[in-house]
Amino acid sequence: MDLRPDPVDEQFRAEARDWLRTHRPARPLPSGDTRDGFAAHLDWERQLFDAGWAVVSWPRRYGGREASLWQWLIFEEEYAAAGAPQRVTQNGIFLLAPTLFEFGTDEQRDRILPAMAAASQLWCQGWSEPGAGSDLAALTSRAVRDEAAGGWRLTGHKTWTTRGAFCTHLFGLFRTDPQQRRHRGLSYFLVPLDAPGVTVRGFGRFDGDEGFADVFLDDVFVPDADVIGEVGAGWRVAMATTGSERGLTLRPPGRFTAAAARLVELAAARPDRLTGRLREQVVRAWLGARAYHLFTLAQVTRMLDGDPPGAASSLNKIHWSELDIALHRTALELLGPDAELDAGWTRGFQFSLAGPIYAGTNEIQRGIVAERLLGLPRR
Amino acid sequence: MRFALTDDQITLRDAVGDLLAAECPPAVVRAAWPGGDQEPVDRLWTALAEMGVLAAMVPESAGGLGLTEVDLVPVLTAAGYAAVPLPLAETAAVAGPLLAALDDPGGHLAALTEGRCRIALAGPTALVPYGQRADLALSTHGPDGPRLIRLAAATTAPVPTVDGSRAALRLVDQTAAGPSAGTRLDIGDDLLALTADRATLAAAAHLVGLGRRLLDLTVAHVGTRHQFGAPIGSFQAVKHQLADALLGLELAAPMVLAAAWATATGAATRAADVSAGYLLAADAAERAARVALQCHGAIGYTVEYDLHLYAKRVWATTAATAGTDAHLDRLGTALGLPAATTDPGGRP
Repeated sequence: MDLRPDPVDEQFRAEARDWLRTHRPARPLPSGDTRDGFAAHLDWERQLFDAGWAVVSWPRRYGGREASLWQWLIFEEEYAAAGAPQRVTQNGIFLLAPTLFEFGTDEQRDRILPAMAAASQLWCQGWSEPGAGSDLAALTSRAVRDEAAGGWRLTGHKTWTTRGAFCTHLFGLFRTDPQQRRHRGLSYFLVPLDAPGVTVRGFGRFDGDEGFADVFLDDVFVPDADVIGEVGAGWRVAMATTGSERGLTLRPPGRFTAAAARLVELAAARPDRLTGRLREQVVRAWLGARAYHLFTLAQVTRMLDGDPPGAASSLNKIHWSELDIALHRTALELLGPDAELDAGWTRGFQFSLAGPIYAGTNEIQRGIVAERLLGLPRR
Repeated sequence: MRFALTDDQITLRDAVGDLLAAECPPAVVRAAWPGGDQEPVDRLWTALAEMGVLAAMVPESAGGLGLTEVDLVPVLTAAGYAAVPLPLAETAAVAGPLLAALDDPGGHLAALTEGRCRIALAGPTALVPYGQRADLALSTHGPDGPRLIRLAAATTAPVPTVDGSRAALRLVDQTAAGPSAGTRLDIGDDLLALTADRATLAAAAHLVGLGRRLLDLTVAHVGTRHQFGAPIGSFQAVKHQLADALLGLELAAPMVLAAAWATATGAATRAADVSAGYLLAADAAERAARVALQCHGAIGYTVEYDLHLYAKRVWATTAATAGTDAHLDRLGTALGLPAATTDPGGRP
């Protein structure tokens, strides 16, 4: 055991920090979950790509710099600490890309990954449906075989699609075998949102931003080249992605250690409001972020030793989502009357409330932890 | 960067774990309660001494293993899992390295490494957990400074505690005990702080192990206990409680190990990391105890069942460690937070 940072990694950290502090937008961008804000974020993300920081852990041929898992964590730490904008390309980069690396063909990788890294192909996730939610196995959107055309015809309704109204493409699960029940008979498809038969309707989230969309598909043709993995094996492919979503790739600890540092700054700047109870909450929030950081370092060591996190990513998800709420709730109390302003911490608080819901509700995650990590009997 | 135990550390932990599974089953913890048979409890100490565990942190030049906190924390977690009813952490993690650092005042180190000397810790109220089962008490709170007190020569009174297997006593009058009762220790501030942190770290390691034992006991129970026609472990309300108990323990364990690393390497973050590890471990163990009792129902709420042996050890251990407030305060200060105000501003 050696918790000292590797000198090569620290060199990488210094380089990333230097670039981010010099180039990050001088003022916070408008929310990336609005149309104008999304465009402003894309300008930033293209700058990131041009400088080689868009996808640090990817192979060079797709636009990355082949950084190690440690260096990727370091980059995320520095990115959050610099207060750089949230990535509006994250669903593609952190959810679809790991799936393509694991299940995609060379042709699919060559066609999609460079465009995704350059923020010219913008991906949203098409999993949730009005009747399914966290019960993904209850999906009813279907894909019917079109043998003559060499592909599939998709029909259905995806919803709560994050930034769906601003993206160019959707990846999602559709039922290819109506005879099979639940998680069997699903396949993983890629769909261009400008294809004939697609209708996208943006709508407001809880926090007011137009970040959600309904995506209606009416006999939308998708060629065989846009099926990821085997037909009928979509559940297995998707589960690999949900592991990324719940675990490290979507929410690495840097985001929370940075938020905790800002909370500590806020508390230090408001000694008039820092009661014993609030001081304890600040300390505990910081502690939660530090614990997640260390938990992750241990997890990454195990991963590098060849032991994938699997169901343990459900532990990550429960922890970071509840931590995020605690961090923001404490900040609101420190702000006092100004917490009513629709800005900064208050916006973040509203978004944090979605954490225990998206990527599979925390109730679902606790079930996974109980059954797969503790071995409790299924109902 | 590599956050995992070495093969040697795993080997030592597993060897001690196997020994404890054989020599410290619940029946031995139970025997340590008043009126029980002391023989298997004493045999356990001898077995631990033979493995070298008692002298783990004594330098090799003084007959020890020359190991660090990082080596010992996994062992102490295993000892917590078994609820070892002896002052193991106190002797091995706290007193051993302290006496070695002080050049063996009183000449107890040889006896310690050979398993002939058990050292307990006297708390701020002169309560000495395991005092009835120890030869010496290390007191850093006494009126005339740190002392190593020979318990046979001191005025003491046995006292009942929540965890009877701790066999506690109270030092009745530390000043009146006189010079024959022990040795004054000349401990500098830095070494005193390190010693206190080692005690806290050891408690945190124990608590992680205790929590894990309570969780394992409960998982086994809810998988076999049927109610309403199904194993109760299949009920969502039960699953969710146990998932939360596991989450707390899984988050605490790396923090405690990182605190061990900070202590062993003299890192600047030692104080903050030790407090952080303790706070997470104490919370996780207390939650595991509560969840364990709730998920067992009335079966768990008896002294015939083993659950109480481990739950009561959790409460006794957290009581004996500097309180939650002290660690929260120390962590807050390390973060640069101002002291708490008693007059919150912002009122209209």
